[in-house]
Amino acid sequence: MKYNPSFLDELEAEAIYVIREAYAQFERPTILFSGGKDSIVVSHLARKAFAPAGIPFALVHVDTGHNFPETIEFRDRYAASLGAELIVGSVQESIDRGTAQEEHGPLGNRNRIQSVTLLETIERERLDCLLGGGRRDEEKARAKERFFSHRDAFGQWDPKNQRPELWNLFNGAKQPGEHFRVFPISNWTEMNVWHYIRREGIELPSLYFAAPRQVIWRSNSWLPVSEFITLRPTEVPTEKMIRFRTLGDITITGGIESDAVTLDQIIAEVETLRQTERGNREDDKRSESSMEERKKQGYF
Amino acid sequence: MNVLRFTTAGSVDDGKSTLIGRLLYDSKSVFIDQLDAVAASSKRRGTELDLSLLTDGLKDEREQGITIDVAYRYFATPRRNFILADTPGHVQYTRNMVTGASTADAALILVDARHGVVEQTRRHSFIAGLLGLKAVIVCVNKMDLVDYAEAAFTKVCADYEPVRLAAGLPEVHFVPLSALVGDNVVDPSAHMPWYSGPTLLALLETLEPAVPEALSDFRFPVQTVIRPRTTEHHDFRGYAGRLAGGCVAVGDRVTVWPEELEAIVDGIYLGDQALPEAHYGQSVVLTLDRDVNVARGSVLTAGSVPQRGAELKAKLCWLDAKGHSPGLRYEFRAHGGHGQAMIAEVERVLNLETLAYEPGNGHLETNQIAEVVVRCATAPTTETYTSQRVMGGFILVDPVRGTTVAAGMIQ
Repeated sequence: MKYNPSFLDELEAEAIYVIREAYAQFERPTILFSGGKDSIVVSHLARKAFAPAGIPFALVHVDTGHNFPETIEFRDRYAASLGAELIVGSVQESIDRGTAQEEHGPLGNRNRIQSVTLLETIERERLDCLLGGGRRDEEKARAKERFFSHRDAFGQWDPKNQRPELWNLFNGAKQPGEHFRVFPISNWTEMNVWHYIRREGIELPSLYFAAPRQVIWRSNSWLPVSEFITLRPTEVPTEKMIRFRTLGDITITGGIESDAVTLDQIIAEVETLRQTERGNREDDKRSESSMEERKKQGYF
Repeated sequence: MNVLRFTTAGSVDDGKSTLIGRLLYDSKSVFIDQLDAVAASSKRRGTELDLSLLTDGLKDEREQGITIDVAYRYFATPRRNFILADTPGHVQYTRNMVTGASTADAALILVDARHGVVEQTRRHSFIAGLLGLKAVIVCVNKMDLVDYAEAAFTKVCADYEPVRLAAGLPEVHFVPLSALVGDNVVDPSAHMPWYSGPTLLALLETLEPAVPEALSDFRFPVQTVIRPRTTEHHDFRGYAGRLAGGCVAVGDRVTVWPEELEAIVDGIYLGDQALPEAHYGQSVVLTLDRDVNVARGSVLTAGSVPQRGAELKAKLCWLDAKGHSPGLRYEFRAHGGHGQAMIAEVERVLNLETLAYEPGNGHLETNQIAEVVVRCATAPTTETYTSQRVMGGFILVDPVRGTTVAAGMIQ
């Protein structure tokens, strides 16, 4: 029997294996669901890993309160279609309780304080594992992530003291109060994710496809106009054909000009784009180490 | 092979980061914003475009100027996809090299053309052999600093032969190159007309390391049992896992370990799709024609009988900062079982200077490699590491701290 799996087949097999390990090794594993394509792919893989049984994970969403309306609508519909429980952690509630403080000033956003809400949600719901859509090709600090990434009782990642990961023997041993972040699609690139979405016919939020949108030009990308951003005196909203390569907090997720309205067109576009996808995320540009700093503090 | 997983090793100043940066840069795998960041960073440091900055990820590394952990890189050419585990080369980080090599098919070993085969070269080659890598590419780097002299290159090739034999490496290739200038990395060198072999990238694209697991007998360690308990699938009972060896087809007779019970595979599934057969590396769900006791840690096999002893002779690499003392207990984890274990005997310890095994004193320290006997409370189902990497590898976990303290390869 000659068998020559495609690269996507191999990546899928590896991801399903990792997801099943997370299920087998933890008591309350969940999926950290942002509504973005990577967490949608992880959810799709999780369904495939346990079929014909249902998906054995709740979806955890950290709601900054500054959302694209499409994200929330998609999240609710998708969770219902999977039959998965939805756990929402609200950044606004953390601010109201005084455990998180709003950043002020023109660069202020809720990206950093999401970590507070996430850790509060983990504690409240007694979660011991969050499966996420993080990929090692996204950013330099992520290139060193393990599949099973240990977090201490404060939710912190210690990059200098990571457990070595041998073969595919994942070690989920932990002390009470500690948890793990598990990254089944660690070895995928952005291109692999798009090809897989097309192959599997996975539905995505409309924000990924180009449409006329109101935007302003800020920090080298097109930022969507919403009730949550304050326009500076020189900024004038214009309408452009825009799509988003990643989805996050609406105040910091920049789009690109594009005419890609189908998956084929997006794939053709991504193949020619010579800029990494996080390049349009304002939060990563603050300093060379910004992702690493946030990860140490419990960010995904 | 549609994907090649490879690892890199070199001494601190062999120019490994520069080589990887060059491979990514010349194969056009670097994005504009990454390049902009590297250019800005190089400028701040007052250097020319420093390609090594493309791969040095963590803040401490930037401060110390060295790589301290395994980093994974991805690139693709029209011919193949590559997953690269970039590991640090200096001696105290042997554990990272072992980690990087454990998932690799091939290794790049860097040699500085000025210094030739050195102790580190021997050590890295030895670890590549120990971890069962089938192919090694010796990159003779910094040829620009020896005036591209053929003699420097042929000396490395000749001096490496005893290393190859000692390390037990079946397939070795040599490429003379300059990562800094870009000779023979992606583009052929104009400076070395005496070399007619492939460039490093061409070699990486065509390498076909042997995968003995694909041809071995069927091995299927069970990760978890799937029971939907829905009206539609009321009696469905499937065993989820990833093939660790060989292949299986519907109708095959298999043995379930540790009970040693026979059954026939009556269904193979991937998601909602029923498959006629499954192969090494695939994650599937199997159903059997009868009720047998199958749980996580059970192994389904066909053909040869797996190893079933509670005492395992193994080569062990000690990874933890805290050493081992006689009498300590660990948690044993392998695909074919887990449970309490102890190191019954440290038979011999590898002298990393001479690469000869010497009598042990019962203790193990960080980065030591030793021949040991591990005694498990419950016998796992295993194989020798040389015949099947997946079934032959195990880790030891500290039961209190939860850290992975050692990696073992069953002999």
